[in-house]
Amino acid sequence: MSTTAPYTTIIGLEVHVQLMTRTKLFCGCSTKFGGAPNTQVCPTCLGLPGSLPVMNRRAFDLALRAALALECTIAPFTKWDRKNYFYPDLPKGYQISQFDLPFSSDGFLEVVDPKGAFEPCRVGIVRVHLEEDAGKSMHDEAAGTRDSRIDLNRAGTPLCEIVTQPDLRSPQDARAWLNELKLLLVYLGVSDCNMQEGSLRVDANVNLHIPQADGRVAKTPIVEIKNMNSFRSVERALTYEAARQWEDWQATKAEMGKTPKQTRGWDDPAGITRAQRHKEESSDYRYFPEPDLVPVTVSQQQIASLRGEMPEPPVSLRKTLAAKWNIPAYDADVLVNQGRDLVDYFEDLATRVGEGKVASNWMQQDVLRILNETNGTVSEFTVRPEGLADLIGRVKKGDFDTSRAREIFAEMVTSGRPVDTVVAGMGIAAVSDDDVIALCRELLAANPKIVADVKSGKEQAAAGLIGQAKKKNANVNPGKVRAVCIDLIRGME
Amino acid sequence: MQPLEMSAVDLVAALRQGDITAVESATVFLDRIEATNGSINAFLAVDREGALARAADIDARRKAGKPVGPLAGLPVALKDVLCTSDMPTTCASKMLEGFRPPYDADVVARLRRADAVFLGKTNMDEFAMGGSNENSAFGPVRNPWDLSRTPGGSSGGSAACVAGDMAPVAIGSDTGGSIRQPAGLCGITGLKPTYGRVSRRGLIAFASSLDQIGPMARSAADCALIMETIAGHDPGDSTSLAVDVPRYTDLLDKPLAGVRIGRVPEHFAAGLDPEVAKGVEEAFAVLMAAGATVHDVQLPHAKYGIPTYYLVAPCEASSNLARYDGAHYGHRCKDPGQRTAGHTGGFESPLVEMYCRSRAEGFGPEVKRRIMLGTYALSAGYYEAYYAKALRVRRLIRQDYLDAFQTVDLIGGPVSATPAFKLGEKTDDPLAMYLVDLYTVGTNLAGVGGISFPCGFTKSGLPIGFQLQAPPLAEPLLLQAADRFQRLTDWHRRRPQAVGVVKT
Repeated sequence: MSTTAPYTTIIGLEVHVQLMTRTKLFCGCSTKFGGAPNTQVCPTCLGLPGSLPVMNRRAFDLALRAALALECTIAPFTKWDRKNYFYPDLPKGYQISQFDLPFSSDGFLEVVDPKGAFEPCRVGIVRVHLEEDAGKSMHDEAAGTRDSRIDLNRAGTPLCEIVTQPDLRSPQDARAWLNELKLLLVYLGVSDCNMQEGSLRVDANVNLHIPQADGRVAKTPIVEIKNMNSFRSVERALTYEAARQWEDWQATKAEMGKTPKQTRGWDDPAGITRAQRHKEESSDYRYFPEPDLVPVTVSQQQIASLRGEMPEPPVSLRKTLAAKWNIPAYDADVLVNQGRDLVDYFEDLATRVGEGKVASNWMQQDVLRILNETNGTVSEFTVRPEGLADLIGRVKKGDFDTSRAREIFAEMVTSGRPVDTVVAGMGIAAVSDDDVIALCRELLAANPKIVADVKSGKEQAAAGLIGQAKKKNANVNPGKVRAVCIDLIRGME
Repeated sequence: MQPLEMSAVDLVAALRQGDITAVESATVFLDRIEATNGSINAFLAVDREGALARAADIDARRKAGKPVGPLAGLPVALKDVLCTSDMPTTCASKMLEGFRPPYDADVVARLRRADAVFLGKTNMDEFAMGGSNENSAFGPVRNPWDLSRTPGGSSGGSAACVAGDMAPVAIGSDTGGSIRQPAGLCGITGLKPTYGRVSRRGLIAFASSLDQIGPMARSAADCALIMETIAGHDPGDSTSLAVDVPRYTDLLDKPLAGVRIGRVPEHFAAGLDPEVAKGVEEAFAVLMAAGATVHDVQLPHAKYGIPTYYLVAPCEASSNLARYDGAHYGHRCKDPGQRTAGHTGGFESPLVEMYCRSRAEGFGPEVKRRIMLGTYALSAGYYEAYYAKALRVRRLIRQDYLDAFQTVDLIGGPVSATPAFKLGEKTDDPLAMYLVDLYTVGTNLAGVGGISFPCGFTKSGLPIGFQLQAPPLAEPLLLQAADRFQRLTDWHRRRPQAVGVVKT
């Protein structure tokens, strides 16, 4: 962040992620996204009279996995609480959540940029708890009626709430940190973190700390920003909000604590935050222990076994990859940030190629470039590691140069055919060593000036031969032509 | 012997032996209901058609030599707090008038599998809140022993229908005494099992940590028979106990020699009706004659039972009843977008208006009172002083029981301080009404089991109830002691004359 700003931006995040369970947190209904409204419901998630919740152990284990990866302390004893409020998408009139004894607390997640674009940033986690999601309300005001429609398919979906300390100091850091959090949760198989489908939602708390002439630090009132539906929106909203608070401060000198916490909604098209209507001065959710569920105990053995089956998180995978394949930290970072599937592809490729850096270069310069251009995923990528390894092997053997190989690769991607077929189809044939030598002799005979220059020590003069060589035979390897020509000239002495 | 006069155990045997068919048996009780329900108001819904169809099916299967359930053909009445997929379920509230659940409560499903025949749904205090049945939105139940008196509550309809020979067996629920107190006031036997012994799934919640379903019948032996069907682990109720169900009926006929029964001196303090006190003391004498020994025990925190109960139960109720908001099912007010005439409060939105008016119209005064009590006690700034403290006292009360059960096997005493009181007598005094639970709430707060059965009658002919409480899961001992008592006495065989016996 800018060191010249007259204030420090203080940011804390509250992230809700839907867990990747097949069924809901307290009943057996499907959590699949996009079903016809109210088709994935039962008496429990409809909140019908007499219905009871039963905890989904898989959801609890996934949440534990997230908490462990966030270095949280796991409570040996945790319970459920009811958060009471009225809303039509909350059919029981209360949400089953965790209040004073969350299953985990006190962790952190660090994000480091290998290029050093920003300082390593470690953000404390206040708590991670588990709760059920509400349904969706669709307010049909456009239709000219006051009716709202309620879809309870989502009601009861397991939701993990992650609350950070106010440790972030810039909107850019917040975005980078969210990217790292998302990456972690996806690696762990905890959530798909799809913001479009609402499986990851972020609210941000932000205010400014403004040093005063007398040495005191003035703190602006904390604002909670809601309704941000991408990490880019989070960054933009926080940037806007910090600027707005700075202006507001200059005009009003209003400090924290004198007014209740304000909630503002991010209006993405307009690029501004707007004050939301205060429902009450402060909500009283009348939390109390959920009597329909029994407390959950977590033993050290359970934690150990969960740790044992946990996939490697990005932070350690970056180090593992760099060390195992002898690639720069930057490369490992790029690969890991693309997700587990891409890492698996890379490792398969590197194993076949036998050289990490070569495989990494191909991944970054070719595979990733094409994936970005086509907006594709590595799992659907037409060229599998064995095909690409085959191509790279041919380059190493000197069958074609890299730029020629790129052309072949592009054709492999579009056609889905193997190297040999593509090469044949493009009329590319490997040129034998004898043919290269014969070609070079011909060129040297025709270019005495270049021969003389090379003899006098100007080896770069040999480059003049390569264009001519390519004209005579498009399939020759330029590096090889150059090397053979120089050898032949030296042999003339 | 006519089916109306038979015990459930005998009736099941008669059905099994072919002495009577399920259709005949159901018809006798349905006719009796038709003849007497007008004066007793024990049933909110009677399913004559369904019951007869079911009975005919059982008869046909039995005739064809196909397997039938252990209760095949036994008529059973269900308290209207239990969800039934084929009968309305209202909790005696306007809020749920006409509501039909899409599923059966676990107990209902178990009884169906056992081939019981459901006669209908019994009246109760609205959402099981009350001790006199006067809180029903559909009129109070009258006590078959004296139609001007309460049958007790909240399972008043279940108690009265058994006492009035309208059903051999009924299912009730007990949150603070709602099985035992009406059983006591109606001269029948009612068992409130250990918390978790019977699944609560499909029992419309009043206070989840206290609610428990149990049988109400003419005898302990009949209760034992029903328990074999309704008790057991249900993975759909997280608070249900994964403990095997004993063969209660096989454990009945054992002598009481060596059984130690505790007697709490405070139970006999001022406020206990002298005739009730006498009946209870005589019951102790019968139990001693049967070989039991009686010992004084202390329950030091029992005096906090009522205040503790009236915090814990309303707090849970305020949350449990939040779902009745008019949005998804049940009563919804008309035109929530319009301000009602005479509406003095602020108009916030059609949604809030719908919540307020639907709930104001749908709930009766006692339900509203308890929702308000609970909402207040859970509010920020009051939680610690009320709810949290009540939970701590509740733990002390449970500990009292566990301590007492170190020295005695059972605790005996009165069920209610008085026999059945007049309808209308306490309706203007909620506190006096709350005190009818004085001897029963401790059982629920401690999560243990209790049984109530008749131990005599007042001079004016009203039943007097005796209560036994037992350690967790000691239902076999409760049933054994009550059964032994009933082998030595005939109080449970007496029938009320008030409604007469209708000739069939």
